[in-house]
Amino acid sequence: MIAVLAAATKVDLAVFAVSAVIVMAGAFGVVFSRNPVHSALMLVMTLFGVAVLFVAQEAHFLAVVQVIVYAGAIVVLFLFVIMLLGVDQEENVAAERLRGQRPAAMALGGLMFFLVLLLAQATNWATGTPSARGAASGPGENVEKLGRSIFTTFLLPFEVTAVLLVIAVVGAVVLVRRSPSLPEEGDAEDEAAPEPRGQRRDEEVPA
Amino acid sequence: MTIAPVLAGGDPLLTGKIDFAVVLIVLLKTFVTFAVLMVAVLFMVWFERKVISDMQNRIGPNRAGPWGILQSLADGIKLFFKEDLLPEKADRRVFRLAPYLSAVPAFLSFAIVPIGGVVSIFGRETRLQLADPPVGILFLLAMSSVAVYGVMLAGWASGSKYPLLGSVRASAQMVSYEAALGITVATVVLLTGSLYTSDIVASQTGSIFNWNIVRLGGLPFLLFVVAATAELNRPPFDLVEAEQELVGGFHTEYSSIRFALFFLAEFMNTVTMSAIIVALFLGGSDGPTFGVGGVVGTWLLPLFWFVAKLFIFLFTYVWFRATLPRLRYDQLMDLGWKVLIPVSLAWLLVIAAITLERRYLVAAFPAMLVGAAMLYRSLALGKDAVRHEDLHA
Repeated sequence: MIAVLAAATKVDLAVFAVSAVIVMAGAFGVVFSRNPVHSALMLVMTLFGVAVLFVAQEAHFLAVVQVIVYAGAIVVLFLFVIMLLGVDQEENVAAERLRGQRPAAMALGGLMFFLVLLLAQATNWATGTPSARGAASGPGENVEKLGRSIFTTFLLPFEVTAVLLVIAVVGAVVLVRRSPSLPEEGDAEDEAAPEPRGQRRDEEVPA
Repeated sequence: MTIAPVLAGGDPLLTGKIDFAVVLIVLLKTFVTFAVLMVAVLFMVWFERKVISDMQNRIGPNRAGPWGILQSLADGIKLFFKEDLLPEKADRRVFRLAPYLSAVPAFLSFAIVPIGGVVSIFGRETRLQLADPPVGILFLLAMSSVAVYGVMLAGWASGSKYPLLGSVRASAQMVSYEAALGITVATVVLLTGSLYTSDIVASQTGSIFNWNIVRLGGLPFLLFVVAATAELNRPPFDLVEAEQELVGGFHTEYSSIRFALFFLAEFMNTVTMSAIIVALFLGGSDGPTFGVGGVVGTWLLPLFWFVAKLFIFLFTYVWFRATLPRLRYDQLMDLGWKVLIPVSLAWLLVIAAITLERRYLVAAFPAMLVGAAMLYRSLALGKDAVRHEDLHA
């Protein structure tokens, strides 16, 4: 551990410490906020902290993708759903939904913490030292290396993920489409009614 | 198509030893960028009001200063001294946070705009650009995705229905058009082979035929302008703050300096986006230097060309506002998902094929035709199904 500490400069260590505090504060905030919107915002804070850690590891591309995809799209969708469903009220945390939920959570949490400590002890303490391992590390352009390793070494997982995402999109479309043969429910009709009218109006407008 | 200019991204100032002078130069650049951006916003507000008045046969602001040019400064000072209201149902912390989430990304994204090439200040070589990060143009996308939070949380935290409706619209719109924006940027990056904004500009120097607007066939440029306008929430895509239906949209409940911050962010983003369009497609500061060397050739002329091109787009955005009626929500979503994204994806494939080898173009065109036919058929099928259901309902 001391050898690793020596390899990291003071700047590395300071950046790591600051972003670790941000990440942890965000993570605690997600759990302890009573309002779901505040929780989502705290999650964004954690994601930003992780992005800073990526930059410290010279993984610039990963950092910016983290911000664009996770902070920019996924949490926005979370917020979108929270706002649309109107569940943005403070929740009563005292009520226990499942019996024995709390002791189980504590036991599992403690176990996880122990495992993380064990892993860290066996390999490395994270100190902000730039990593030398992995396909994308070392000098040179991030994007190029990432591209090369995705399209050579990890081609199959990459393609499988792409197929999985396409299936998810098609599945979502199939799920929300109402079947014409089924008898329609009242509110489903109300929601879907304006759309066909709008489309027909489109056709009538001269281009 | 296989022009491979010497790509040397990154600021030469920061590659050597970092001493006190370097820090000072960076601070100076930051200060100048900030000041230029603020002045540009003040000017842009005045310019928009004046041009719109002209187009509508009005006079417009004409009291403060010559031609009313100090009007936006007066408005800014007035907004500072107004009462700052906090709605009773508002979520206090988020309500106070939201304007900054709008304004800060707007400031930051201007940092990557390459205003000019490499110049020397106090004997040090540096770029006329505040920052040239390795992720380059992706930084713009990251900042615009952070800016969504400002609009969205402002609407939600106000605790009132019109702002909430405005912000839900806004988030859907901005997330949808970000996809098209990203794919179009990818087309440019594919041709350049680098993410550095300075490289993107450097690869376009020489003549007008090297500019990306010509090299990419013009289409990505049009797509980018449309997607950027939607991303800016400017007319005709200003459903977010449609005053006839939503009072003022997400900033209805805001007053005083917090309102001013939203306003500032909107105009700053307009300036930044126009500058990015110039850098991505119109060769940035590229233009004839008439063989003039020295300070005029390396500093003033490129700066002049950049500002001249910037003006075209600033004027175009005002022109859009005066001319085009606002889209309906379903038209907006149709345009984004059914037109912009498929077309930009198809064009990305064509550009990729040409970049690889010219003869793939022969293969890419039939493939595109087949793809377009399939897309058209599936759209027609969907419309038929909807019409069928309509008849039976």
